Amino acid sequence: MKCSDFLKELSDYLDNTMDAKTKADLEEHLQWCHNCYVVCNTTKSTIEIYRGTEVYELPDELRGRLQSAILSKCECHSKSKTEAPETKEAAANTKNSK
Amino acid sequence: METIEKNVAEAPSEETLLVNAARGGDIGAFEKLVKRYDRNVFRIAQHITQNREDAEDVVQDAFLKAYQNLGQFQGQSKFYTWLVRIAVNEALMRLRRRRPERMISLDEDVKTEEDSMPREVADWSPNPEQQYSQGELKEILGKTIQGLPTGFRTVFVLRDVEGLSTEETAAALELSVPAVKSRLLRARLQLRERLNKYFKRRDGEFRP
Repeated sequence: MKCSDFLKELSDYLDNTMDAKTKADLEEHLQWCHNCYVVCNTTKSTIEIYRGTEVYELPDELRGRLQSAILSKCECHSKSKTEAPETKEAAANTKNSK
Repeated sequence: METIEKNVAEAPSEETLLVNAARGGDIGAFEKLVKRYDRNVFRIAQHITQNREDAEDVVQDAFLKAYQNLGQFQGQSKFYTWLVRIAVNEALMRLRRRRPERMISLDEDVKTEEDSMPREVADWSPNPEQQYSQGELKEILGKTIQGLPTGFRTVFVLRDVEGLSTEETAAALELSVPAVKSRLLRARLQLRERLNKYFKRRDGEFRP
């Protein structure tokens, strides 16, 4: 196995989504190829570090504001729907005709 | 032993019940869905738009659109995957508006495989993230991922940060599974390469 072949399979290897034979071939390559071993380990760390760090947190105060804004917009939408009975009727007719 | 075939319809999940109630106009049910996923939508939006104000707008518009279009949600995919799809589209729209000079597309398939071939192979310190304070680490990670092409960045965020499966990511981004896999591999390798300068083992460090 060449290093470029190893790299092509790296994602599947890290996600453990490959058949046993391919996995064994990759692990055999890792035993003697130090470069691929390092690339494999550091790529794994890259994923773990991103997974373990919340780069963009939503602060509580902003979160509360966004939630209120969303819900009041949704309420407005619901109201405008009930205030337009002809639209509702039309929707009901379409449903019944199915 | 033979497995017992599932021949009865599974009971609807709590989430399906919430979605159905929200579809019927139950704002309280929709509020629960908002509280369940608003942090995720914000993270995705901020990663794509790279702008706080835009991310805030995306969160509001994505949830409002989801609410308005709940009638069209088929229930074949998870509600969250469907919501992510709406949020990604909103975020891309805002990014395009802000940077009209650049073509921004998830389909951009950047050059050859050479761009992801490791150039520097250096071992990292054990627990490299612990060399930095939480604030410094966030800055490093944010800055590093910002440099990736939009398509790579989005796939990496959905797969590796948010934990969607390859299939869910493909569905959310309307990409094929092989396209998601190829972008993910390149995103991971490019991030690794860029993080080298912060995390590589310094001379003299103990090497077991």
